Amino acid sequence: MATQKHRPKTSAKAPRTGRHSPWAAAALIGIGLLVTGGAYAGAMAATAAAGTAETSVATSLTTEDGKKLFQANCATCHGMDLQGTENGPNLIGVGAMSVDFQVGTGRMPLQAQGPQAPSKPVQFTDAQITAMADWVQSVSPGPGMPDERYLDGQGDAGRGAELFRINCAMCHNVGGAGGALTEGKYAPALEGVLPQHIYAAMATGPQNMPVFNEMYLTPEDKRDIISALMWSYDNGTPGGYTLGGIGPVSEGLFIWIFGIGGLVAVSVWITAKSN
Amino acid sequence: MAHDDGSLDDGRSFVPSTGLAVVVPDAPTAPALPPHRERVTDKDPAKMRSAVRTVYTWFYLSVAGSIWAIAAYMLFPIEDGRWSSIAENNMFIGIGSAFALLAIGIGAIHWSKAVMSDVEHVEHRHPTRGKDATRELAIEAFSDANEDSGFGRRTMIRNSLFAALIAFPLPGIVLFRGLAPHGVDPVELLEHTMWKEGMRLVKDPTGTPIRAADVTIGSAVHVIPEALTELSHHDGYLDEKAKAIVLVMRLRPEDLIQAPDKVDWSYDGIVAYSKVCTHVGCPVALYEQHTHHLLCPCHQSQFDVKNHAAVIFGPAARPLPQLPITVDADGYLVARSDFQEPVGPSFWERH
Repeated sequence: MATQKHRPKTSAKAPRTGRHSPWAAAALIGIGLLVTGGAYAGAMAATAAAGTAETSVATSLTTEDGKKLFQANCATCHGMDLQGTENGPNLIGVGAMSVDFQVGTGRMPLQAQGPQAPSKPVQFTDAQITAMADWVQSVSPGPGMPDERYLDGQGDAGRGAELFRINCAMCHNVGGAGGALTEGKYAPALEGVLPQHIYAAMATGPQNMPVFNEMYLTPEDKRDIISALMWSYDNGTPGGYTLGGIGPVSEGLFIWIFGIGGLVAVSVWITAKSN
Repeated sequence: MAHDDGSLDDGRSFVPSTGLAVVVPDAPTAPALPPHRERVTDKDPAKMRSAVRTVYTWFYLSVAGSIWAIAAYMLFPIEDGRWSSIAENNMFIGIGSAFALLAIGIGAIHWSKAVMSDVEHVEHRHPTRGKDATRELAIEAFSDANEDSGFGRRTMIRNSLFAALIAFPLPGIVLFRGLAPHGVDPVELLEHTMWKEGMRLVKDPTGTPIRAADVTIGSAVHVIPEALTELSHHDGYLDEKAKAIVLVMRLRPEDLIQAPDKVDWSYDGIVAYSKVCTHVGCPVALYEQHTHHLLCPCHQSQFDVKNHAAVIFGPAARPLPQLPITVDADGYLVARSDFQEPVGPSFWERH
């Protein structure tokens, strides 16, 4: 009853107080941001929880599970028994290291036939990848996973950098920024690639990359190369922003746009008449 | 000039003939200067004070920037030798110094634009041509000097001076000879590398010999001649390496298209090609193991390794020279001979 009584009063008041407090808008925005942020954080936490739950379930996968995963996800192109089809090569003797590289970097399963399989978001958990790799290895043995001690990044980075410059830099760029090859193919950038995948890429020569086998680049050589890459990514560059590290194109573009643009702006200011 | 009174219009200027030009009664005249417009700083003393404050603030900010650069030198030492320390040291000193210089510039420009007088002045250009009297005097000065020095009369002296001046730059030209190789025919040097029969192919940079069995299918091995590892930099290591670098690749033997006269140049699918591009000499080593293409990163020439490194794209004029190889008794890769043609780009004697 009391509220009903008050209502006309407030509506009568409304025209007079049409202007809100200047803080009202700020308060509303603040509340809105809090609600959105809170909801987002909650959603993130929920996703993260779901992710961990999945992983904890998946850690108990067996080789048999790996076989099922392979046959469900890979056999369309690579055949039920790794024998390959006209859409995909046979996987006889590729080994666990190759499976871990191809699936662990998201290159497989392939999204579409093209010049090159790009690295994509990984489709499987680590445990699922390991299970598939184990099954492939058990059916047709090939190079297995590299020893952990070659992946620690504690090798001789100076020697590794020399080997990198001789063997890798022509395609992957001296700073590991990657580069173009022929007809739509490219050497990918190396920053953020896991040591086990760098090792596997050298040892197995995925796609058009040449093979750098254990006789040519020994595991110790590979450890040094990985150490050099990790060292340079940990230490950054002394020259400041790399602008992608791809050389004169990005740097030239930057100086044309911002350097010359700045000079033009200053020239306009210098010659403009003062107020 | 003393003979020139500096007056502006005394009829000395060149006045072009009107010729056949049509004289238009209402010909456009050059517009006069627009009326002077006062700035806010001229009208309002408060604005002027504010502009003055801005100018000296910029100059003091410049002082602060310089002091910051000095402080940064001490605050960000590079003694620990880390990249990041050097980067910070450079960056903060640079920011201070650059800001100091920029602030001086901004202050100076703002001073001239807002505070200094901006009343327009007209300064007419002097005629380019000197007065006739001045010109005659100049000619007289020259002929007097010629008379006094005897430059035109004493031809022996004059001609010997000309000879001396012509001879002076000659040593500079002769010194270029020092850039060319000595005691050898440059063409000979360009045509041959240090590869010869029986020389082992070894890994760059370690010098380890390479067993044919260790080069698996899809491999690309960067190779130098074994004798190169014994050369020091003083003995022309880089000169020899620049010519002799080789890329060894192994393909499936059935993938190779081999000319009849070059069948024994490869060994069981292992081929060796010069790494020096035949266009302008960049190292060609971007090998794609499935397409068997070699790409030169400088100008995108592509070579087809399975077909004697034939040029399939780009500006290269010739296929990459192939190094004939075989294996020795111990199974190591050795050269059968030097390259059968000069490596690298064209020169006068090779097109």
